[in-house]
Amino acid sequence: MLDFPRWKQTFYWLLAAVAMLASLPSLATFANLAWPSSLPRPEVNLGLDLAGGSHILLEASPDQVRRQRLEAMDEDVRQRLKQNAPDVRIGDVSTKDGTVSFMVEDAAQVDKAREAVLPLTSGAGVTGQRDWDIQMLDGTRIVLTPTQAGIDLAVSQAMDTATEVVRKRIDALGTREPTIIRQGADRIVVQVPGLKDPAALKSLLGQTAKLEFKLVDTTASQADIAQGIAPPGSEIVPYADAQSGGGAAAIAVKRLGGIKGDSLTNAQQTNDQRNNQPVVSITFDQAGGAKFAKLTTENVNKPFAIILDGKVISAPNINEPILGGSAQISGNFTTESANQLAIALRSGALPVDLKVVEERSVGPDLGADSIKKGGIAMLVGTTALAVFILFTYGRFGVYACCALIVNVLMILGIMAIANTTLTLPGIAGFVLTIGAAVDANVLINERIREERHRGRRVVQSVEMGYKEASRAIFDANITNVIAAALMFFFGSGPVKGFAVVLVIGIITSVFTAVTMTRMWVANWLRRARPSELAL
Amino acid sequence: MKLLKLIPDHTNIHFLRWRVPFYVASLVLMALSITLVATRGLNMGVDFVGGQMIRVTFTQSAAAPVAALREEVTALGYGEPIIQQFGKPNEVSIRMKLPEGSDKDAGLADAMAKRITGDIKVRHADVRVDGVDSVSGKVSKELGWTAFKALGLAALAVAAYIWIRFEWQFGVGALFALVHDVTLTLGLFAVTQMEFDLNIVAALLTLIGYSLNDTIVVYDRIRENLKKYRKMPLPELLDLSVNETLARTIVTSLSMLITLVALLLLGPDVIFGFTAAITLGIFVGTYSSIYMAAPILIWLKVTPSSFVPTESALEKQERLAREQS
Repeated sequence: MLDFPRWKQTFYWLLAAVAMLASLPSLATFANLAWPSSLPRPEVNLGLDLAGGSHILLEASPDQVRRQRLEAMDEDVRQRLKQNAPDVRIGDVSTKDGTVSFMVEDAAQVDKAREAVLPLTSGAGVTGQRDWDIQMLDGTRIVLTPTQAGIDLAVSQAMDTATEVVRKRIDALGTREPTIIRQGADRIVVQVPGLKDPAALKSLLGQTAKLEFKLVDTTASQADIAQGIAPPGSEIVPYADAQSGGGAAAIAVKRLGGIKGDSLTNAQQTNDQRNNQPVVSITFDQAGGAKFAKLTTENVNKPFAIILDGKVISAPNINEPILGGSAQISGNFTTESANQLAIALRSGALPVDLKVVEERSVGPDLGADSIKKGGIAMLVGTTALAVFILFTYGRFGVYACCALIVNVLMILGIMAIANTTLTLPGIAGFVLTIGAAVDANVLINERIREERHRGRRVVQSVEMGYKEASRAIFDANITNVIAAALMFFFGSGPVKGFAVVLVIGIITSVFTAVTMTRMWVANWLRRARPSELAL
Repeated sequence: MKLLKLIPDHTNIHFLRWRVPFYVASLVLMALSITLVATRGLNMGVDFVGGQMIRVTFTQSAAAPVAALREEVTALGYGEPIIQQFGKPNEVSIRMKLPEGSDKDAGLADAMAKRITGDIKVRHADVRVDGVDSVSGKVSKELGWTAFKALGLAALAVAAYIWIRFEWQFGVGALFALVHDVTLTLGLFAVTQMEFDLNIVAALLTLIGYSLNDTIVVYDRIRENLKKYRKMPLPELLDLSVNETLARTIVTSLSMLITLVALLLLGPDVIFGFTAAITLGIFVGTYSSIYMAAPILIWLKVTPSSFVPTESALEKQERLAREQS
């Protein structure tokens, strides 16, 4: 037990030295000292509760993705049959009960219709399942049912796109080091440190930014619109607010013949030259520009509605054909909201609506305060503890204290190397680990005392002390790791940070409090050959 | 240098003599805690019931004007807030229910936070807004459920570990001690009505870990002594084990307390409740490993033979083979 060959000693010291060195940049930061830029700089990240900033959990509704897929499939089926099997006449297309189904008028053509729509489905998942099941009903009806694998895949793809869009939007705000992670099947976690105005971020993320241009149906009477009755081929769309409608709450627009605003190459907040109101200038890509030119040429002097996320933001008149591929969106904007819309349009529409289900924002002052107080508490606590241990165990107390210092630096260093995050409860975990690390030394030293009292010789007492105490130390630490692991898996942000510190602390404290002190004690025993232990 | 010796050598306190009264007292306290938690309830934070929490500090005042604040916020028409001081008297958290319909329109919660903080800032010049937490009903339910799962699983997992390393009686004993510690801590939260949030769950999990620390040290010594003194009556043996580890128990508990008290008095105010929970847990955990975890072994009839190596499967095979031939 007390045999430490030179290579082993070198190895242990090397291990400790590397970890301790890695803690220096973080310590320099805490002490407000500059760290030379030529040296590597592993550093402990500060959690949002220490650095200040916002944590936002966004959730999408898989139902919406499901609905969108049905609608898209409805349209695809019609188009596909029109193009590839124009002689097949179909009717009664419906998207009820979560399926797309249609009648084939001539029963003899059912197989042909089936052949035609088959390429609309594709493989999903690893089991070779397809994303839609195609069945025939009563010999004349074809039913397309979305499979679970297909839905899962669609949701997953939608979330991937959404995450990308969210990233673009946050980058456009110019914040530093945002963290954007998909969580579970339908959630995205956004963490932005040092954010001043979380409200702006949230309204930006909450905006789906689905832009549409649709012709206004001028035949609809105000009374019908108010009752929600739309003329055939039209639909009622509400205004975004009372002001943009000029008193009206909703407007009727034609369902078909509109343009989607997803073919934009640019969007900027500008001011309208006539009245200096904030507007958003958009530029279409080539195909979009051509469509827009066609729409405006064919409908001069008619009003068209600019619809954002299912709400009309304005319904201006088309005064002249717009041929240049760029246009202005006017509406009831402030400079800020126009700028936000421009960012949202530039970064593309979200494939699903995202809503904020959890938000935690911490002001930067509180975090700085917490770091300062946590540091002081740690310094005072450690010093008081060291004094107590020194007075209780003398020389063995000195070893324990040295182990404590190495331990603190090692935890910090390993956290820096592993790029983990220090949170507020993490500081408490740190302090707690220090208290608990001493427990190992207490167990060992008490045991050595005991063995000595039983009349064992000095070297033998030390050896027995380490050996007998190790069993309890091992069991106790394993149970702590179990508790910490559960904290890690079930906890959220700050609690996770706490668990990480605990686990790192448990490992380093066994290394320092057991292995390192044993090495030091062994060296001392060999050198001084004491005949009595002051314990 | 004369060393500090808190516990004289050869201390022999008959701890186990009072096991019945202590057990009765503990069971009564546990029952009280459960009753309190059931009737008075825990002061659940937004983590578990959903809602919005705004934390503010009145930087120039000695104490926050809680009553005035309550009136002002109520006057805004979002319902009555729960206002609570934490850490220092000039720091308060204002908790609100989320406005109706905010699960559909997240902007409503934002608008509420903006109005409340705006109003407070206008009325009190020295207010510093330290943070806003909004948790929807759905997320808070999930957080509550995962917290419950984590606590339950942690308790069962460590009990199972002890069962494997020791004997089933020890596992039961450790589990009971754990339930005892967690129940009493919950009782404290019901009495003081300190806010119960996710951090406190982390504190409880830590508590489970460290309370077990103590229990394991005592159990380890009991196991050792069971092998060493096979003829010694169990109560006597338990007393011996507790006394032998008493110095360690006291020194370690004091070490933990020194750091925790530093954290309580000087540390960040936001984690006051968290630190308080762990500090209480150290006391309760130390007590329970002596008075809850140890005596239960008597009633569960632990015998020295539990730890005497018995015939292994291989040995049995060999013996049978020998007998046959």
